[in-house]
Amino acid sequence: MLDEPGALTDAPLLEVEDLFVEFRTRDGVAKVLNGVSYHVAAGETLAVLGESGSGKSVTAQAIMGILDMPPAHLTGGEIRYHGEDLLVASEERRNEVRAEGIAMIFQDALSALNPVYTVGFQIEEQLRVRLGMSRKDARARAVELLDLVRIPNAARRVRQYPHEFSGGMRQRAMIAMSLALDPEVLIADEPTTALDVTVQAQIMDLLKEIQVERKMGLILITHDLGVVAEVADRIAVMYAGRIVEHADAVSLYRNPGHPYTAALLESLPRLDQKGATLNTIKGLPPSLLAIPPGCPFHPRCFMAQDKCSTDAPGDHGLGFGRTSKCHFAEELVSRV
Amino acid sequence: MGRYVLRRLLQLIPVFIGTTFLIFFLVWAVPGDPFTGMCGERPCPPQFVAAMTDKYNLNDNVVVQYLKYMGALLTGDFGQTYAEQEISELIGNAAPVSLRLAVVAVAIEAVIGVTAGILTGLRGRGFVDNLVLVSTLFLIAIPTFVIGFVIQIVLGFELEILTPTVSSEATWGELIIPGFVLGSLSMAYVSRLTRTSIAENLRADYMRTALAKGQPKRRIVGVHLLRNSAIPVITFLGTDIGNLMAGAIVTEGIFGIHGIGRLVYDGILEKQGAIVTGVVVLLVLVFLLVNLFIDLMYAVIDPRIRYD
Amino acid sequence: MTDPSTGVTGTDAAAYVTAPEHQESGPGKPRSLGADAWRDLRRRPMFLVAGGIVVLLVVIAIFPSWFTSADPNHKDLDFFRQPPSGDAWFGYDGQGRDVYARVIYGTRWTLLVGIAASVLTVLLGGILGILAGFFGRWVDALMSRIGEIFFGLPFVLGAIVILNLVRNAEIRGALPIVFAVVASIAVLQWPVAMRIMRSAAITAKQQDYVKAARALGASSSRIIFKHMLPNCLAPVLVYGTIALGAFISAEATLSFLGIGLRDPAVSWGVMMSDSKTYLRVAPHMLLFPAGFLAVTVLAFVMLGDAIREALDPKLR
Repeated sequence: MLDEPGALTDAPLLEVEDLFVEFRTRDGVAKVLNGVSYHVAAGETLAVLGESGSGKSVTAQAIMGILDMPPAHLTGGEIRYHGEDLLVASEERRNEVRAEGIAMIFQDALSALNPVYTVGFQIEEQLRVRLGMSRKDARARAVELLDLVRIPNAARRVRQYPHEFSGGMRQRAMIAMSLALDPEVLIADEPTTALDVTVQAQIMDLLKEIQVERKMGLILITHDLGVVAEVADRIAVMYAGRIVEHADAVSLYRNPGHPYTAALLESLPRLDQKGATLNTIKGLPPSLLAIPPGCPFHPRCFMAQDKCSTDAPGDHGLGFGRTSKCHFAEELVSRV
Repeated sequence: MGRYVLRRLLQLIPVFIGTTFLIFFLVWAVPGDPFTGMCGERPCPPQFVAAMTDKYNLNDNVVVQYLKYMGALLTGDFGQTYAEQEISELIGNAAPVSLRLAVVAVAIEAVIGVTAGILTGLRGRGFVDNLVLVSTLFLIAIPTFVIGFVIQIVLGFELEILTPTVSSEATWGELIIPGFVLGSLSMAYVSRLTRTSIAENLRADYMRTALAKGQPKRRIVGVHLLRNSAIPVITFLGTDIGNLMAGAIVTEGIFGIHGIGRLVYDGILEKQGAIVTGVVVLLVLVFLLVNLFIDLMYAVIDPRIRYD
Repeated sequence: MTDPSTGVTGTDAAAYVTAPEHQESGPGKPRSLGADAWRDLRRRPMFLVAGGIVVLLVVIAIFPSWFTSADPNHKDLDFFRQPPSGDAWFGYDGQGRDVYARVIYGTRWTLLVGIAASVLTVLLGGILGILAGFFGRWVDALMSRIGEIFFGLPFVLGAIVILNLVRNAEIRGALPIVFAVVASIAVLQWPVAMRIMRSAAITAKQQDYVKAARALGASSSRIIFKHMLPNCLAPVLVYGTIALGAFISAEATLSFLGIGLRDPAVSWGVMMSDSKTYLRVAPHMLLFPAGFLAVTVLAFVMLGDAIREALDPKLR
């Protein structure tokens, strides 16, 4: 069921197609996801890049099926895991897939882990409750998992509480917990945002290593371009609930195909440039209660023309699977 | 942990001394004749006054009086009433009754309060939720003695389901209704506190993680949610025991229970200072020790608090 | 009496202090927490109803003659314990006095005790709390120890002892009696207000805006009054409103025990105490003042609840 022999290893493990999600609130309807599509195959890393409010976490939670519905409402799309549309599956089936097929780790490990139970307990409950392991076996396996994520003194650590771990170790522990049922896909929602820069690098290395070893599909959600550069195979840039650009990592950095991506790259401070001020993107992301007509980025875009405020751009193919939702994508890409 | 206990015990001492001295001062040292009304309408005869003064050390200054009194207490001598009864005996008879009453009250308020809180906290807006909110509001708004009277009249006198007053043995069964009345206000708080705690913890990040782990819903609520939500509730229940033992004065009065509340009240009105101070010292001690116990319990429930 | 602040102020006092101020995304001035809260409150039915009741009660307290033409002290033994009728909506009491009139005139004493006691408690506890929080160290240690001493004393017991002294001193006259009751409540309950304010003050002190003010050389009093105080007010305000209701209830209990208010300061609590002996035969003597009391306490508690929800940063 979950690892059928003969399944093509480069067919997408997980595919999100045309996902639409609304949040119905007292103040109105917020269109949080507006036709989001992406996919990840075994052994691949997809980075989903965007500011807060772009919808990247909501997409992930929709995949896991842990969105609060209401106030969230799914108004269209499919989420296919091994070809099976999870959105029409029973809750029982979805729960089977959770952590066993698709696992997720979160940003702040301190609040994401239950403070009143030991780390060992929280790993072991996966093994005991979902796999029916005995206490002894579960304890042994938990220690192995902590070892795997390179937590020193695993046997002692397994009996400790989350607040007794440092930030980086806590994140490792959460990774260990997510691997307990050998998932095929791992979604990491801002795994390093709350950590120091040096620790960030370690965690990213760890994730990459694990992914390669287990041939997992890794979806890395982040707002940090720097984090993504070394790890991602492909990058999907999100804005106002849409994927505005989708490209392989190298091309994206070298030759962005969407003004938003270009502006993001511009705003990164660089050692080899001396300047008086940092570049920023003027303005704020649109309120999802009232997304402007046409291209949602046009109020802040340095390339905007009249057309942009009336016609919403569709996907422009830029070759090799690259897409961009910009009327002038081809021009942008051919700039040097 | 042992050092923490020791440190807290040491901290208790000045507070204990402070509170008991405060009461002692208010009872004995404030100007005015402490013996007014003891001898009826006429002023007391001088020999009587002299004997009393000597017995109660009234010629010494307040601090010395206090020290002599506390010294006597430590040996178990609580003094005598003006009618020559041993106060320690009176307290010894009354205290267990009050204790039973307090235990019943806490048990009732815990069971009903927590259950109501869990149900409404999990379910959110709805009929049951509004029902609980409204009834707790009423319990908060109506003074305990009114609730006590109403219940006593309706159940005891009118419908005659129960005996309206409690016998001098004060068995557990007889104390259920008075216990309910005594705990009614706290029950309202417990249910609201539980409800809020559960509602807040439902939105916590670790709940989302548990969902993402694919744990069964029942386990998520029973194991992950409850343990975290219990923390503030248990703290409240613990401190309530101390409050209840003292606050029972009103309830004991309505139902005719011979507890220490009644003892103190009568003692004050009859100007039996020694009874008042004796009971207060006991109550303060109990209160402080219970608080210390709760603090230690807190460390057991919430591993983030560990005292070295 | 269980202290009402714990369990009611569900949010930690500190949270009110650290909440970011609300930003308006778009044209217009940024709105402060207070202005936001007022706008929110105006829309809530609970606030409007509770607030309306409170306003009505204050009017009754100040102008009782608008609501009844009867004399609350006029005794007519012909009407001894008469139940409610067309002439006297609430019936007559044990001395033949019109219960409705007494309830109306009693409003002012009941409210006076509640308002004065909570104002005094908040002032006393608030000032000590902010000083303890700001200065820290020995000031804080001292205040906290003193607070603990008062905490160790059960409310009803302490009140009985204090008020019994007062009774022995044989005070006459309405206002002195009221003052005695108010003072005894405040003296026993100020530690609660102090704790809340102290907790808020400690958090406020650690905020960046206070550190910045310090670095700029602001004096202590300026920091306390201009920077810390406005942000620490919210939890204390919530407590004060709810405590008002609790204190009104406390006064009734004290009067019931015979040590609270008495003639000529006849509050609803006094009326309820008087009704004790006739309870089985003339329950209306208890029920009407009790009903008014319940509604009043409810109104204040709901008011406090509404204010807390409006100010609660977690619900934004």
